[in-house]
Amino acid sequence: MSGVPILSLMLAIPTVAAIACLFAGDRNARLIALAATLVDFALGVMLWANFDIGGAQWQFVESAPLFGRFNYALGIDGMALMLIMLSVFLMPLCILASWESITKRVGLYMAMFLIMEVVMIGVFMAQDLLLFYVFFEAGLIPMYFIIGIWGGANRIYAAFKFFLYTLLGSVLMLIAMIAMIREAGTTDIPTLLNYNFPPEMQTWLWLGFFASLAVKMPMWPVHTWLPDAHVQAPTAGSMILAGVLLKLGSYGFIRFMMPMFPEASGEFMWLVFALSMVAVVYTSLVALVQSDMKKLIAYSSVAHMAIVTAGLYALNQQGIEGALIIMLSHGVVSAALFFCVGVIYDRLHTREIDRYGGLAVNMPAYALFFMLFTMASIGLPGTSGFVGEFLSLAGIYEASSTVAFVCTTGIILGAAYMLYLYRRIVFGELTKDGVKAMPDLNPREWAILAPLAAVALWMGVYPESFLAPMRGDVTTVVARLAPAKPAGDAHLAAGKPKPAAAGHGEAPGDAHHAGGVQ
Amino acid sequence: MTADLALIWPELILTIGGLVTLMLGTYAGDRQVGLYQLAAMVTLAAAAAAVLALFGTDATVFSGTLSVDSFGGFAKLLIYAASFICVVIAPRFFKDAMRAEYPVLILFAALGMGIMASSRDLMTLYVGLELNSLASYVLASFMRSDERSSEAGLKYFVLGALASGILLYGISLLYGFTGSTDFATIAAALGGELSIGIIFGIVFVIAGLAFKISAVPFHMWTPDVYEGAPTPVTAFFATAPKVAAMALMTRVVIGAVGPAVGAWQQIVIFLALASIILGAVGAIGQKNIKRLLAYSSINNVGYMLIGLAAGTQQGVEGVLTYLLVYMVTTIGSFLIVLQLRDDRGNQIESIPALAGYSQRRPGLAAAMAVFLFSLAGIPPLFGFWPKYLVFEAAVNANLVPLAVVGIVASVIGAFYYIAIIKTMYFDEKSDTEFPRGTGTVVEDAVITASALWLSVIGYLFIGVLAALSATAAAVLF
Repeated sequence: MSGVPILSLMLAIPTVAAIACLFAGDRNARLIALAATLVDFALGVMLWANFDIGGAQWQFVESAPLFGRFNYALGIDGMALMLIMLSVFLMPLCILASWESITKRVGLYMAMFLIMEVVMIGVFMAQDLLLFYVFFEAGLIPMYFIIGIWGGANRIYAAFKFFLYTLLGSVLMLIAMIAMIREAGTTDIPTLLNYNFPPEMQTWLWLGFFASLAVKMPMWPVHTWLPDAHVQAPTAGSMILAGVLLKLGSYGFIRFMMPMFPEASGEFMWLVFALSMVAVVYTSLVALVQSDMKKLIAYSSVAHMAIVTAGLYALNQQGIEGALIIMLSHGVVSAALFFCVGVIYDRLHTREIDRYGGLAVNMPAYALFFMLFTMASIGLPGTSGFVGEFLSLAGIYEASSTVAFVCTTGIILGAAYMLYLYRRIVFGELTKDGVKAMPDLNPREWAILAPLAAVALWMGVYPESFLAPMRGDVTTVVARLAPAKPAGDAHLAAGKPKPAAAGHGEAPGDAHHAGGVQ
Repeated sequence: MTADLALIWPELILTIGGLVTLMLGTYAGDRQVGLYQLAAMVTLAAAAAAVLALFGTDATVFSGTLSVDSFGGFAKLLIYAASFICVVIAPRFFKDAMRAEYPVLILFAALGMGIMASSRDLMTLYVGLELNSLASYVLASFMRSDERSSEAGLKYFVLGALASGILLYGISLLYGFTGSTDFATIAAALGGELSIGIIFGIVFVIAGLAFKISAVPFHMWTPDVYEGAPTPVTAFFATAPKVAAMALMTRVVIGAVGPAVGAWQQIVIFLALASIILGAVGAIGQKNIKRLLAYSSINNVGYMLIGLAAGTQQGVEGVLTYLLVYMVTTIGSFLIVLQLRDDRGNQIESIPALAGYSQRRPGLAAAMAVFLFSLAGIPPLFGFWPKYLVFEAAVNANLVPLAVVGIVASVIGAFYYIAIIKTMYFDEKSDTEFPRGTGTVVEDAVITASALWLSVIGYLFIGVLAALSATAAAVLF
């Protein structure tokens, strides 16, 4: 693939299409957007096919000194590749999901989604700190419009809250970046990844990044913008918000905070653990009592992302790999769940759980898909959720059994609220007149749900396809963290062995192997 | 003497051009407005060409009272460009009320501002400032029959006179305690222990200049004058004098009182933070777009002062870049404000009337959104870049707390910018019709060009801008 700047091409196509959409009629705008996102998906597949697993850390590298002070530098590693794949996979589905439900100002809507795509994949591709920041922040603008123009009744409050909350976090990261650039004298991310910042400086830089990324993630207690934004956003907006935008935060964790500030990461491990534990239990309980379907799934997102943060901060191979798989899995599954909500919302125009019931009778195909994604969200073996949760919990257990215990409770609670939601919507008597009149899935909805279901199962049955490209990068991060990593509590203390039998020459102390999950 | 004259071509051109236009106006009467407009445009273009021709010279003229250098050149180019546009857009706004005085006053104001930007002596500083101020007072009350305009002019004059008095008092103290009005000599005299008189002098001089850049707490006139003055004049006030006063402030702070870091830095930091925070908070409740832009200019001046507070060459580069980007944004937004007319041709200034503007005039609304997001400093719009530069300068000068407070306060500022975008894009259409055909081709072209430049295209110019501002800033160090 040498010679073709495939990454630039992936950025350019949606940009051009976005401009075209602004000037096109409604029908054409839909077609242009779908075509552009499909082409980008095709390019993404080519990217994956040509990615050399186990090869150079950074591939498809492009660099041009366009901006004077900083460079237009792109390049991807395995983690970025997988997240780019997630973005380009979800985008055409989002466009399809809005095909009929968006009827006003379609051109602007499609343009905003295409800009969103550019910005998201730009974040994952950027190899220059300032370029990264520009992409990272730029996402606010299209999302502000998407929530504000096409959102629900309380959309303006939600749009403002989303914009200001995330902006407030991000600006502190910018100060930290300025300090990093001053210290290291470069904006090049691969160089910064191997730069050793003085430990006392790392603490401040870590806090600056954490302020931004924790809001984006979102972590408890700065998660409150998320339920509002999700509830008010249009279906496709929620899909992309939950599917990809939440991953920007965790991507920032693993791309910047952990490898660049290893000492600070070890130091603050317990802060992240504490916030994650609170989030898992608290938001799961909150989800349990929601009467609004979207709000329930939004809170479940917060809980899932808390397991991601805990998994990442286990600072070991399984924990990080598991967290990455949860990121991908949650991207697919939560987008699918939001679409499932959108399907019945389009028919009855309410998100109140109590207004539904008995959908299994008249919408069997829908009930089947919804069940699959519910199970994937719970983490049933065979679905993508299981792989991620098992791996990350194994990693967390190695770091701290207490944290693993609390996080596992969250998974049990997760099963409770998801199954409770499913029972109230799909099972029961079909008594309500409005619900009786609802038709089953149409071909367009099939076309959206089928690929999502296929990927959720693929990731559950053969996760190696997704893990293989990322393994090398995770190993690099773990190696970088190794000197600063606090000792886990999973090492069993060497007991008092009986005196060795005569002629048995083994040293005592081998017992601690038993404790590790590894 | 003759050699000195050869170095002040821009000022000579403006003086002669202004006088010729004035004579033309006296003899040909107010009906030939097109002619005066053309004369003023030619004069400004010629002056700008003269600045370009002199760019790179570093000399002082007239016994060291004026300097001809790239710093002044940079500022003058911005000033002349802003004045040029304010001459171009005027006739359509004033219609029959357009008189010969408008281009003449703009020319004299531009001359005064040019002198401000290149002064290196307290006397030339004051002469330039007053020349600009007197022209500005008249411009503010240009719509003689309009109550608000007269009020704006009077208010500006009274408060401006007070500020001039404060400035003069400071100048006399500085002169008294250092024995010179020359910036370089003053700087040399500040080496040792500072006497109380010098500190008072510095405080009063900075306070007088802070009035001109409308930094808090000397900002009170700004919203009233911006609201009351005719829109092209407001556009003028928001751009050219800001550039001139900011350049002058930089020269005084770095050049004259530079060695007394402890004395001026605290004041500038206070002015910066107060302007950022009050500019942002004050804007929140505004219902008039011109008042809102006034608060926005107060807010933006605060960010420029952060670059100045750093007191380094990098900081001054940031200030210069900021001035350029701010000027383009402000001119663009005022050109849009000029186009806000209902179906009877009345000027609309109320923000609630803009509801649903994006559905009536999608192009203009999009350009306005670009300007507002840019003023808020949200990437990928180019308004982010100068903010980045001033914050970087502050961090590199070990003023991290200043940078943190400033950047956090920018979120408050973002609130009111996105509130206007909300009105234009999210709200249902208001009753106000905004018919098409309100702008000339030139106006539309300027709006389009500035909006495009402020979207991602501006980033391609970072290298050029950095080189230019570095050349200009290096003069002061």
